[in-house]
Amino acid sequence: MATIKDRASVPAGSGLNDDIGEAKRLELYRTQVVLREAEQRAYDLFLQNLVKGTSHLSLGQEAVAAGFAGAMQKGDLSFCTYRGHAHTLARGVPVEKVLGELMQRDNGLMRGKGGSMHLTSVEHGVMGSYAIIGAHLPIACGAAWRAQYKGAKDVSVCFFGDGTTNIGAFHEALNFAAVWKLPVIFVCENNLYMEYTPISEVTAVEHPAADRAASYGLERIVVDGNDADAVYRIAQTAFTKARAGKGPSLIECMTYRHSGHSRADPAKYRPEGELERWKLRDPIKIYRERLLQFGVAETVIKGIDNEVRKIVDDATEACKAAPNPPFDIITTDVYADGGWAWRN
Amino acid sequence: MAELTYRDAVIRGIAQEMTRDPDVVFLGEDVAKAGGVFKATVGLYEQFGPLRVRDTPISEQAIMGAAMGAAMTGLKPIAEIMFSDFFAVCFDYIANEFPKSRYMSNGQVKCPLVIRTGNGAGSRFGAQHSQSVENWCMMIPGLKVVAPSSPVDVIGLLAAAVRDPDPVIFCEHKSLYATKGEVPDGEIVDQLGTAKILRPGKDATIVALALMVPRALEAAEKLKAEHGIDCEIIDVRSLVPLDTQTILGSVAKTHRLFSVEENPRLCGWGAEIVSIVADEAFYDLDGPPVRITTPHIPLPAADILEDVVLPTPGRIVDTVRRSLGS
Ligand SMILES: Cc1ncc(C[n+]2csc(CCOP(=O)(O)OP(=O)(O)O)c2C)c(N)n1
Ligand SMILES: [Mg+2]
Repeated sequence: MATIKDRASVPAGSGLNDDIGEAKRLELYRTQVVLREAEQRAYDLFLQNLVKGTSHLSLGQEAVAAGFAGAMQKGDLSFCTYRGHAHTLARGVPVEKVLGELMQRDNGLMRGKGGSMHLTSVEHGVMGSYAIIGAHLPIACGAAWRAQYKGAKDVSVCFFGDGTTNIGAFHEALNFAAVWKLPVIFVCENNLYMEYTPISEVTAVEHPAADRAASYGLERIVVDGNDADAVYRIAQTAFTKARAGKGPSLIECMTYRHSGHSRADPAKYRPEGELERWKLRDPIKIYRERLLQFGVAETVIKGIDNEVRKIVDDATEACKAAPNPPFDIITTDVYADGGWAWRN
Repeated sequence: MAELTYRDAVIRGIAQEMTRDPDVVFLGEDVAKAGGVFKATVGLYEQFGPLRVRDTPISEQAIMGAAMGAAMTGLKPIAEIMFSDFFAVCFDYIANEFPKSRYMSNGQVKCPLVIRTGNGAGSRFGAQHSQSVENWCMMIPGLKVVAPSSPVDVIGLLAAAVRDPDPVIFCEHKSLYATKGEVPDGEIVDQLGTAKILRPGKDATIVALALMVPRALEAAEKLKAEHGIDCEIIDVRSLVPLDTQTILGSVAKTHRLFSVEENPRLCGWGAEIVSIVADEAFYDLDGPPVRITTPHIPLPAADILEDVVLPTPGRIVDTVRRSLGS
C-alpha cells in the first residue's frame, strides 16, 4: 500500500495546513470521488444497456482532472478529449447532466445532440470535448490568443493523451503557442496506451510529451499524475506563468487507466500484473490515506463518500426517469439563426 | 465611385471591417509584413498593427484551430489559407470542427469566423495549386460558402461574411485578383445567400461562379450577336446559403438551364442546382439541363493544356448553341 512517504512531492513534515491546506485538500478529495463514482456508475449503466454509443472512462486518472480543476479560477477554460467526462465533472458540471448525455436523454448536457465524446458546458468553462485526436490543441491556442488580445487574465487548459503527441496538430500548436507566448497549458495524460498499443512502441522518445518540450523552448516537466497534490502544485506554477504573460507550459502527467480504452475494450493487451500494480497507486486510495495521515477524521472522509454517492444515485434515478430527446431538436442549431436552412 | 482591382477590394474589405470592429483580427502565412503572396493584404499590418494582423508559422491546422478558438471566445477572426488546395491539410477544422461545434453543443458554442483562400485555376501552377475546392466545403452542413466574381462583391460579401455569426469559407479566385471593377465609395455590405442576375435574357439561364462569371458573360454576348440567343446570366455568388429562388424564377422564364463550373465534374455545385431544378421546375424545362465543367481530371500545369480543360467562352457558346438546336 502506498504511504505518504512514497509521495516525493510532499515535503517531509508538511501538515494539512501546508501550501495546499485543509479546505483545498478536502475539495481535491471530493472531486476525485465524484469522478470515480460517476464514471463507475456510467460503466454499470453501460452493462445495463442504459449508456448508449461509446464511452471512454478516466477511472484511475482522476488526480489529473481534480488537480488541474482545483487550480483553475472561474473563467479559465478547459478543452477536453472524448475521454472528457472527468474534466467536465471536475469543473462542477452536475453529474445528472453528464450521465443524462451518456444515456442520451433529454436532460443531458447537450440533450443527446453531442454524446459522451463531446461534453460541453460553456457556463462552466468547458469549451468542448474533441474526438479528433489533436484538434483541440490549436483551438485552445485560439482561445488563449483572445485572452492575450483582450488583456483578459483567463488561461486555456488543454487535456490530451500520450498518443496525441504524435499527430501534427500537437506540434503545430506547441510551436504556435510558444512563438506567440500564449496563456495556454497543455496537459498530457500519459496513461501508457493509445487505444490498445503501448505508446512506447510507436514513439521515439521515452516521455512522449516532455521529451519534445525542448523543441519548442519549453521546460521538460513530468509529474506523478496519480497524486492530486503533485498535479495541483505543478498546475499552479503553470497558471502563474500563463497569467504573468510568460507563455505556455507542457506538462506530462504519468497515470494509468483502470478500465479499457472505451466501453467495448476488455484490455487484454496489458501485461499480467500491470493493472494490479497501478491499482496499488490508485489516486483515490493515495489521497484518502494522506487525509488520514494528516489527521482528517475517518467520519469526515466517509461523509464525503456518502454525500457523493447520494448525488450519483439521485442523478441516476433522474436520468432513468428522463424522457428521450424530442425530434424537433434534430434540425436546431445547425446555423446561428437556430435552424438548418441552406437555401431559400 | 472608383475603379478597383479585385485584389485591392480584398484589402479594402478587410480594412473596412477591422476599422468598424476591434474584435476583427487577421492571421495567416506571410500576410502581415509581406502583405500576402497575392499582395491581397498589403498595408493592413501597417494600418492595424502587429496585434491585429499576424504572421503565422506554416501551420495550417494551427491557423484554423486558432481562428476557431478565438471565434468561440468572442473575437471575429479572418484567417487566410494561402491556396485553397491546402484545405486538405487542415480539413478537420472545415469538416469536423467549425461546422459541428454549435450543433454538438446544442447551441452553446458559436464559431463566427471567415476563412479566406486563393482558389481556382489559370496561373499554370499545376494540380496542387489550382483547384476549385468550393465543393469540398459546400457538402458540409454548418458551413457557409461564398465565391465573389467582382471587386464590389468582394467587399460586400466579405463584410457580410465577417458580420455573419456562422463560419464562412470565402473563396477568392486567383485569376481574378488583377481584374478591375467600379466600386462605390463608403461602406459596402452585401447579403450572403443572394445570387445576382448580371444579364437578363429570355432564351436560356446560365448559372456561373467566380472566374466562370466573366466567361459566361462573354459567351452571352457572342450567343446574342452571332446566334440570336438571349441568355440570362446568374452569378450564384453564395453556394451556402443558396439562392434557389432566383435560379428557379429564371428557369421559369427561359425554360433552359446551363451551369458553368470550374470544378472537376463529379459532385460539382451545378449538379445540386440541376437536381433542385429537376425536382421543383421540371415542367418549366424545354430541354435537359446541361453542365459545362472541367473534365474529371487533376489539372495540368502547361498553359495550353490548362486552357483547354477549363470551360471557356467558346465552349459555353458551342454547348448552348447546340443544345438549343441553332
Ligand atoms: C485523428 C484521429 N486518429 C485516430 C483516432 C482514433 N482514436 C481514438 S482514441 C485513440 C487513442 C488516443 O490515445 P491517447 O492520445 O493516448 O489518449 P487516451 O485514449 O489514452 O486518453 C485513437 C487512435 C481519432 N479519434 N482521431
Ligand atoms: Mg493514452
